[in-house]
Amino acid sequence: MSLRALLYRVLEKGFGKTWLGAGFVFLYLPIVVLVFYSFNASPLPVVWGGVSLRWYRQLVQDRDLLSGVWLSLQIALYAATGSVVLGALAAFTLVKYKRFWGRTLFTGMVNAPLVMPEVIIGLSLLLMLVSMQRVFGQRGMFTIWLGHVLLGMSYATVVIQARLQDLNPELEQAAADLGARPIQVFFLVTLPLILNALVSAFLLSFTLSLDDVVLAAFLNGPGSTTLPLVIFSRARLGMRPDINAAASVIIAVVTVMVVGGSYFVFRAERRRAAEIAAAQRA
Amino acid sequence: MTPVPSTNDTAFVQIRDLVKDFGAGSLAVNNVSLDIAQGEIFALLGPSGCGKTTLLRMVAGFETPTKGKILLDGVELDGLPPYLRPINMMFQSYALFPHLTVWDNVAFGLRREGMPHEPMAERVEQMLKLVQLQRYGRRKPHQLSGGQQQRVALARSLAKRPKLMLLDEPLAALDKKLREETQIELANIIRKVGVTCVMVTHDQEEAMTMANRLAVMSEGNILQVGTPTEVYETPATRFVADFIGNVNLMDGTVVVDERDFVEIDCGFCRHRVGHGITGTLGMPVTVALRPEKIHLVREQPAGQFNQVRGTVHDRAYFGSFTLYVLELPGGKRLKVSEANNERNRTDAPAEGQGAWATWPDTAQVVLTT
Amino acid sequence: MSRPPASSLFNRMHAHPLFLAHSRKAVISVPFVWLLIFMLLPFFIILKISFAQMGIASFLPLSQFKEGILTLNLDLTHYQFIVQDQLYFRTYLNSLWCAALTTFWCLFIGYPFAYFMARAKATLQPALLMLVMLPFWTSYLLRVYAWKGLLMNGGLLARVLIYTHLDWILLKLRLIVEPGMFMNTQFALLIGMVYTYLPFMILPLYATLSKMDLRLLEAAADLGATPWVGFWKITVPLSKAGIIAGSMLVFIPCIGEYVIPELLGGPQSLMIGRVLWDEFFSNNDWPMASSVAVVVILLILLPLAIFNKYQAEASEVRR
Repeated sequence: MSLRALLYRVLEKGFGKTWLGAGFVFLYLPIVVLVFYSFNASPLPVVWGGVSLRWYRQLVQDRDLLSGVWLSLQIALYAATGSVVLGALAAFTLVKYKRFWGRTLFTGMVNAPLVMPEVIIGLSLLLMLVSMQRVFGQRGMFTIWLGHVLLGMSYATVVIQARLQDLNPELEQAAADLGARPIQVFFLVTLPLILNALVSAFLLSFTLSLDDVVLAAFLNGPGSTTLPLVIFSRARLGMRPDINAAASVIIAVVTVMVVGGSYFVFRAERRRAAEIAAAQRA
Repeated sequence: MTPVPSTNDTAFVQIRDLVKDFGAGSLAVNNVSLDIAQGEIFALLGPSGCGKTTLLRMVAGFETPTKGKILLDGVELDGLPPYLRPINMMFQSYALFPHLTVWDNVAFGLRREGMPHEPMAERVEQMLKLVQLQRYGRRKPHQLSGGQQQRVALARSLAKRPKLMLLDEPLAALDKKLREETQIELANIIRKVGVTCVMVTHDQEEAMTMANRLAVMSEGNILQVGTPTEVYETPATRFVADFIGNVNLMDGTVVVDERDFVEIDCGFCRHRVGHGITGTLGMPVTVALRPEKIHLVREQPAGQFNQVRGTVHDRAYFGSFTLYVLELPGGKRLKVSEANNERNRTDAPAEGQGAWATWPDTAQVVLTT
Repeated sequence: MSRPPASSLFNRMHAHPLFLAHSRKAVISVPFVWLLIFMLLPFFIILKISFAQMGIASFLPLSQFKEGILTLNLDLTHYQFIVQDQLYFRTYLNSLWCAALTTFWCLFIGYPFAYFMARAKATLQPALLMLVMLPFWTSYLLRVYAWKGLLMNGGLLARVLIYTHLDWILLKLRLIVEPGMFMNTQFALLIGMVYTYLPFMILPLYATLSKMDLRLLEAAADLGATPWVGFWKITVPLSKAGIIAGSMLVFIPCIGEYVIPELLGGPQSLMIGRVLWDEFFSNNDWPMASSVAVVVILLILLPLAIFNKYQAEASEVRR
């Protein structure tokens, strides 16, 4: 390699490392600072009062926060389930049935929540629920669930649709050829092969629901305050140590799950690649 | 010679006037009729887009015919979905279920039938033994090589002992060396099992090696049906002559028309064909001459028919034979293939040299279409 | 010709065209009906409400049957107001501008980031990918809130900016109003937006860049191109799909953002999301909020419909 090319390589590598480093600092600085201040004994964030766990101890007794957590987890679980079911049905419709009445409208409606501001989705859904109060009843957990499923379904459809389109159509044909009826084909062949996408869609909708502020604000009722709403109303007032502690706990849990999950997926993929390579050589 | 559609009502597989119209202008399958005997390996040969795969899929049940019918062992298949037909297919991509083991893949069809466990396990083992993968039962498809995957696909489609097995470009995914070995192996296994087989391929070597009979298709039509020898030595149309192997096509006019011989004037040479043809004097025809039937000599051979002089324009050495391209007066090029019978032939014509091409009067095929 | 083989009623039923047609109908109609009720119907309802007048607790009905005569109370004042009042127009423009700025900075920071990620050692890449995805899975509310701590008086970043006198530059750019006060400013809003949406830009870019065939660059070098030229003439154009995907993923949600402007933005950061929220919750004027919503929907949906049609036509031509 010529000297000039070598120089380019060194410069590029050095520049690259710096940019990546700075980028990661940018991404993680707020998180690190947050966790750092959650151990601050002093309630004022700008004064360092020594290390303390008092805010964590306070968390355990924070009734509002804990009920928010419980409610959010429930809603997220149900919303993710609903999103995956509806999303899978919508994805199937879009991939398998190329022609049906209202297909353009259907596609538009499925994709609309992805581009519309959440404020508008929340507003329109709320006004509809109010107009038809007799049908849907008072606002509360159910109505929040409705909004979350509406949003989650769009994301789930995108994920599942992508996987379905990648699926080799000959696999389902082979199953039918070997004697499997359409329902059997779905449960024995299609479903196992899209399972990964279903899990991804579930996790995505779960996170979306857990994090949502806007829809929950529009659609909640008395007694159904979700965790993000609790945090949001307190955060508006300023920097508070109790939120820092709660945030640190949440961040820790998510980190463990993401790191753990990524590691497992990575290992499984590596093993698979090695097996394929070994088979080719044989 | 156009193919005469057989109306044999006792043939094992009968395809009658099958039409498939996708609405794209021309018909994908245009009035095809075929008879296939039980236990026969039948190949559908043709270039991509000729309709052979569509035809196969209609037999399998994945496409609905626009018109016509298909009968298997006397039973009409019309309206039956794929999972109710006693037919199994081996797909081009093998379509092995990636989430199931080899064993489960082969057992899949048997489980759908509701076979009890003992006989099913026995059958699976039998199938794996047939393709020599007995010790691979626990593996998953991605842990197998391409050739092994193909064998699993074969075992899977034979497991249910179908009345008819369909093969969609079975060897397309393999590299050349493996393909040659597998062709013979595959044909042997199929014959051993004795199952009737229809295969689709664009590789004429594959069709000629493996099939008992084959049909050449183009643009939805069947051009000729016959054994490999029939199709190769007596092609029915220009397309068939050109598609199968190498051929020299020479246009000319019939100048002498007798009962047991004809003479055809092609301008740069004069053919004398040792058999009569159905035709008239002055009729325009094409003479098809295979390169291996032509022999190159230094001196002008005796007689005035079936010979022409030219210059060697190209020479390609293929190991077992050499292909010459002879440039004739008038610009026409003749392909000649000479087997390398002896080592270090010193009189073989070199590039730029002149040579006479000569052939017997039994070598030509006269075509009108 | 013999009769068809004896097949059970179950088989026949499944093969029957009517059954297949029914199962197809079921699969299509469940999500379709759901969407009609919860997506389309609300749209028509807010359309209807936007023409109404606000009553005491709810909006007045649009049509009334008085003494056997049907009277319509269509009120177009809200729409008039929107068109005439400068505020809404400026707000919408500001939202677009803010979204554009955010997209630009995300691209500026994110493209080299994704590029170097894709060029990093193959064994390192999964770990890098995970590190980028981790903030994405962590609640964005918390991460945005964390910036409050960094930018408020005495916060880490605030102190750094004052110490390095960078706040004067920000003042000149009118991103902050007072020197030393970074909270509730346009600057804080931008930082929050770029921070939140950066992973959305990096991920599609990384996906496209990592799939690029490096041999194309080798071919270019072989033909005499320097790495700089290779980058601009080959890498960037090939990553066009990723750039567009990432930009759409950032730009469109940015327009309607509410939480970040509310937590970090100031009075000069007019965003359409906030305006809608305030109309509804603070002013309690439902018809007004509805009309604003309808206008925003039309302004987003129309260009999107045209974009989709263009996409569909392009893919038709390609086929």
